Amino acid sequence: MISYVLPEFLVMRDENRCIQCQVCVRQCANDVHYLDEKDGKVKADDAKCVNCQRCVTFCPTHALTIIPNPQEFKANANWTKKAITEVQKQAESGAVILTSMGNPQEYPIYWDKIVLNASQVTNPSIDPLREPMELKTYLGRKPDKLEFDEKGRLITKLTPQLVLNVPIMFSAMSFGSISLNACESLARAATELGIYYNTGEGGLHSSLYRYGKNTIAQVASGRFGVHANYLNAGAALEIKIGQGAKPGIGGHLPGEKVGAEVSATRMIPEGSDAISPAPHHDIYSIEDLRQLIYALKEATNYTKPVSVKIAAVHNVAAIASGIARAGADIIAIDGFRGGTGAAPLRIRDNVGIPIEMAIAAVDTRLKEEGIRHQVSVVAAGSIRNSADIIKAIALGADAVYIATSALIAIGCHMCQKCNTGKCNWGIATQDPQLVKRLNPNIGARRLVNLVTAWEHEIKEMLGGMGINSIESLRGNREMLRGVGLTQKELDILGIKAAGE
Amino acid sequence: MKVIDANGIHYQQLNALIKQTAASGEDDIRVLNVRGQRYIGDGMRGDATITVEGVPGNDMAAFMDGPTIVVKGNAQDAVGNTMNEGKVMIHGHAGDTVGYAMRGGTIFIRDDVGYRVGIHMKEYEDKVPAIVIGGKAGDFFGEYMAGGILILLGMGLYPDEPIVGNYCGTGMHGGVIYIRGQVDKYRLGKEADVRPIDDKDQKVLGMYVEQFADHFGYDAEDILSGTFTKLIPFGKRPYGKLYS
Repeated sequence: MISYVLPEFLVMRDENRCIQCQVCVRQCANDVHYLDEKDGKVKADDAKCVNCQRCVTFCPTHALTIIPNPQEFKANANWTKKAITEVQKQAESGAVILTSMGNPQEYPIYWDKIVLNASQVTNPSIDPLREPMELKTYLGRKPDKLEFDEKGRLITKLTPQLVLNVPIMFSAMSFGSISLNACESLARAATELGIYYNTGEGGLHSSLYRYGKNTIAQVASGRFGVHANYLNAGAALEIKIGQGAKPGIGGHLPGEKVGAEVSATRMIPEGSDAISPAPHHDIYSIEDLRQLIYALKEATNYTKPVSVKIAAVHNVAAIASGIARAGADIIAIDGFRGGTGAAPLRIRDNVGIPIEMAIAAVDTRLKEEGIRHQVSVVAAGSIRNSADIIKAIALGADAVYIATSALIAIGCHMCQKCNTGKCNWGIATQDPQLVKRLNPNIGARRLVNLVTAWEHEIKEMLGGMGINSIESLRGNREMLRGVGLTQKELDILGIKAAGE
Repeated sequence: MKVIDANGIHYQQLNALIKQTAASGEDDIRVLNVRGQRYIGDGMRGDATITVEGVPGNDMAAFMDGPTIVVKGNAQDAVGNTMNEGKVMIHGHAGDTVGYAMRGGTIFIRDDVGYRVGIHMKEYEDKVPAIVIGGKAGDFFGEYMAGGILILLGMGLYPDEPIVGNYCGTGMHGGVIYIRGQVDKYRLGKEADVRPIDDKDQKVLGMYVEQFADHFGYDAEDILSGTFTKLIPFGKRPYGKLYS
């Protein structure tokens, strides 16, 4: 069958600059570039190009540019190029369209419609270069009250907490969806920064146990790689109920990504699909969730906080309240822009709600019920910069999870093809030749740089507001104003309009 | 031998006590008057034998990594949830999701089990978990099974009573299910393939059925004399063509 699908990109090669060195041929796992034996010239098959820009970056003479294919259909505001192309693809494959990374559609980005406050005249701003600024964050259940004995010693038994130097963590990405070098980059950076990274649902590779102090070990519906050593390896456990990119469905790691190392870590045969069912089959209710939370606490003798991660969906506030009451120490909420290694396109682009709305709604609800202190709230799902973090915390989050921005830091160019396993940057692949392109030392350095830069920006913005501790910003929505939002949106976000 | 009276004790206290006792080197622990306390043996390592008199609560032997648990009575849901190593023997019935995502060890249940038993069981190289059930099983038996062995013996059924519910082996992509007697085709998931029993199967069945018969006082030869249906997956990538 002849494919009607046009190439998405065109590879532009400046023949005046190209020295026929074939770096592009060697760098491209999609086999776009090739040497034409007939005339000895390097050429390209545009149809295979995913615009990951590996060749563009490595071309020594800057001879390459990738551009979107300018070929258009007859103008039609309804039947767009995207809509037509997707129908063509499915008519040829008969399959669900699979994609990766977060929802790229043109929904409103509320972060960009919220502005921050700063001190002018009536209260002084604080200069983080000359005054201490506290970003240390404790995640976990806080006691209802503190009690002391007659000598002033604390007698209240405190529950285990995660201690973060900066309110940022690396979100769950499994070994399998990403490479071991990518996992190691995250683990090393988390250790150096005094924060945490999350194993995702693929178990923990034996070489990563040494980073346990800075690890959150995830337990998902497939229970891959979950055993007593794994449960005790990390600083906390996380039950994954849902993911922002694909709320309500499970995950399939395709058999071709299950090589020897992934197979040993997940404890399934090589080449077998790793199927995570949509629900946990021991959790059909909040009561069942409580059962698993306490099964994990029992298994680890109450030494580790247990987090529950959900996708942001319609009744997120009520669900979060149930999770808090089920005994979770942390609730991680993943908005609909959150990334993924593979998700059906229709689900990614149409299911879930924005994280900004979800965080505000959850924080409001937990406060109304007087249980906000019983649980920490972590916001995830497209945190792009330090301002997004400040806004998330002011809306009510305790900390944020970042994943897409972390991957961009180590080389991801957002081509959204993680599911193919051919990541030219050595991130979302298990091909040994590609994996070694990512050096975990350099990966960790780039991640440490990113978080360090954001840390300073957070301090500057906090100082500007006259605040010297991140604790004082949490849920402090007075520091936020909305621009171009409806009254209903302002009400849900719990913020005033600019000028009020 | 150490005896623990579970009468009126909350599960947190009871399990801490059992763990302390095992940690002190005691390898024969008898827990009396158990009335629904959850998580007995949860995450426990070592090789102690815990005998439970009464009805243990949900998630017994969850994440368990070595010990043996003998229940003198019925058990509730999620016995052996994500269990890694060890042995469980239940002298009675067990509830839903027995052996969910079980990775290793063996579970013997004298009578019937509920829904979703053996769901998402796994195996890796020579680490192969097994569940042997004396009676019948509910719907979704061996659903999404990725490895391991499920043996369903169907003893004590009424005439024409089905041995297994619907959707047996749905989404199966590894492991093997042995069911004594015949199973109506419509009860099987479309990923499960019916195959004849060969010599290797006879050996596996013989080994587990003998242990089962030993524990519960049956005649192994008697059980093995019946015919068995074997189910294995059509492939290890059931949904490979669904996505592109």
